[in-house]
Amino acid sequence: MADHSLSRRHLLGGAAALALTPLSRARAAGTLTAGFIYVGPKDDYGYNQAHALAAKALKGMPGLEVTEEERVPETNAVEKTMESMINLDGATLLLPTSFGHYSPYMVAEAKKNPKIQFRHCGGLWTDKDPKNAGSYFGYIAQGQYLNGIAAGHATKSKKLGFVAAKPIPQVLNNINAFLLGAQSVDPSITCQVIFTGEWSLAVKEAEATNALIDGGADVVTCHVDSPKVTVETAARRGAFVCGYHVDQSPLAPQKYLTGAEWNWLPIYKGFVEAMQAGKVPENFVRGGLADGYVKMSPYGPGVSDAARKNADAVKAEMMKGGYQIIKGPLKDNAGKEILAAGKGYPEKAAELESTNYLVAGVKGSV
Amino acid sequence: MSGDLGLWSVLIAVVGGAIRVSTPFLFVSLGETITERSGRINLGLEGTLVFGAMSAYATAVLTGSPWAGVAVAGLAGGAFGLLHGFVCRLPRVNDVAVGIALMLFGTGLAFFFGKAFIQPSAPPLPAIPFGFWSDVPQIQAALRVNVLFLVGAALAVFLWWAFRNTKAGLIVRVVGDSADAARAMGYDVDRVRLFATAAGGVLAGIGGAYLSLYYPGSWNEGISSGQGLMAVALVIFARWNPLACFAAALLFGGAGALGPALQSVGVTQGYYLYYAAPYVLTLALLIATSSPDRALAGAPGELSLSK
Repeated sequence: MADHSLSRRHLLGGAAALALTPLSRARAAGTLTAGFIYVGPKDDYGYNQAHALAAKALKGMPGLEVTEEERVPETNAVEKTMESMINLDGATLLLPTSFGHYSPYMVAEAKKNPKIQFRHCGGLWTDKDPKNAGSYFGYIAQGQYLNGIAAGHATKSKKLGFVAAKPIPQVLNNINAFLLGAQSVDPSITCQVIFTGEWSLAVKEAEATNALIDGGADVVTCHVDSPKVTVETAARRGAFVCGYHVDQSPLAPQKYLTGAEWNWLPIYKGFVEAMQAGKVPENFVRGGLADGYVKMSPYGPGVSDAARKNADAVKAEMMKGGYQIIKGPLKDNAGKEILAAGKGYPEKAAELESTNYLVAGVKGSV
Repeated sequence: MSGDLGLWSVLIAVVGGAIRVSTPFLFVSLGETITERSGRINLGLEGTLVFGAMSAYATAVLTGSPWAGVAVAGLAGGAFGLLHGFVCRLPRVNDVAVGIALMLFGTGLAFFFGKAFIQPSAPPLPAIPFGFWSDVPQIQAALRVNVLFLVGAALAVFLWWAFRNTKAGLIVRVVGDSADAARAMGYDVDRVRLFATAAGGVLAGIGGAYLSLYYPGSWNEGISSGQGLMAVALVIFARWNPLACFAAALLFGGAGALGPALQSVGVTQGYYLYYAAPYVLTLALLIATSSPDRALAGAPGELSLSK
């Protein structure tokens, strides 16, 4: 730089240019800005990382700008984040990803900004909600069912363990699917669940994993935001683990059986392509393995040939779509009937979004 | 072999949990005891703990040596303590406010530098299997004791003895109880407090190293979940007595293990209530030991808390 003097005119000019940048960017022809909002750090080896990986993959798409904010709590802080993404970054597609971001925060913002599209991960959008809002989610319980099959073949004690955060429907579906998968191998298998009460509590998750293994469990999985602690603690204690959210096999190469992973990219790509074509993206998106929204980690060395064959066969069935994990006759762990013989919920059944029971064989209560 | 231990397994889990979880509480509270005995409160130890956890993990990943990680965490903690002590010796600076600022600064800095170290695995600190005599795997697991826990226990006894019986201990106590008396005796009050805060920082940093390198043994941004703050409160609960700090740390560690352990034996109702057990216990004990007649027994006279 030749001229180091800072005149008032320079400063004013710079400020004006700064103020104009977001506007001009928003108005650039054909450019769409998508705003991703995460509840935790975007490299948590878990839930937020799965979303951030998809956002990163999107960045190569032509005519698309991606803006992200991490560690946005499930309070009205998320409304402020959304407003700044709309007003400062010119975002027209907003994607808050945490369960608690939906109501009332995202719904309120959708009412306030009718020209902006909002899509939320995990919320239950209905016709009564604003038309510029929507929700998407993947049936990862299918992945937990396949985890359960691998676990059912690997367990010697016939006891499995599950470290869970909060008893919400998605978590309960995963616990149920994990045990039902294992029971498809051996009906005598049971599963102990321990709730930690929060999405991310490292010490409590380690204590829960230890307590499960002390209680005799020899295969452990979890549904918390960052499975790293559970995977490492279980492997150190010599138990097998099944992963969740993303592939955690590098953390426990010998003890990692397989894992249920998200693949959000096709959903996000669909939204962006619809917006770029001038259409309104779908309001309600659900899908599982067959739709490519969920995938499995590669099998680890602890998975026997019989287990591989079994899991691959069930996976092939699931890939056809309409696979029923929850099917009658089925009782919950208090002995109450959930479904009569002959009935079942396929992966897209709305009933699965309001699960409030643990199936027979799960030790724990909601 | 194991068999079904029933309710015994809860007891074993609580003992094991007390040993596993208590160490960060112990180090932070011993460090804070030194600082507060000299008449200053450093609320920033939560930030020091988190930064210690991050720097220890990063060092262990880069060098392959967990002990190098412990050393770096101690040095980093000492630097935070020196910073607190240095800022507080300026006129009209409030130590509580500086502590809160340093807490946010420490956690923010740790998150910033820690980004690159969430993914890799670090070598953990070694543990001594004191459960070798038993063939019950639960007991073996509960009695795997980390060296840092033993160091912390020894340190608690040493500090208790040193405060009473050494010249250094006497100087710290005089400075903490009456700055005027200390000045009359020719001691530099600010310098003593600077060193006491730095020593507190070193211990808190080492507590952080235990978190990331032994239990839970991993670095992520939620690693401490407020343990540093609880440990500072624990000092008041322990009435500035290092031996009581040790007991209180064990109590908090064991109480934290109660919730998961009860769920694992089938007591599944009301787990949120069991998770609140440590705090309920603290309240009950504070109420039981409180007195309308006197101020907090054992409180250093110069503490802004008791002035």
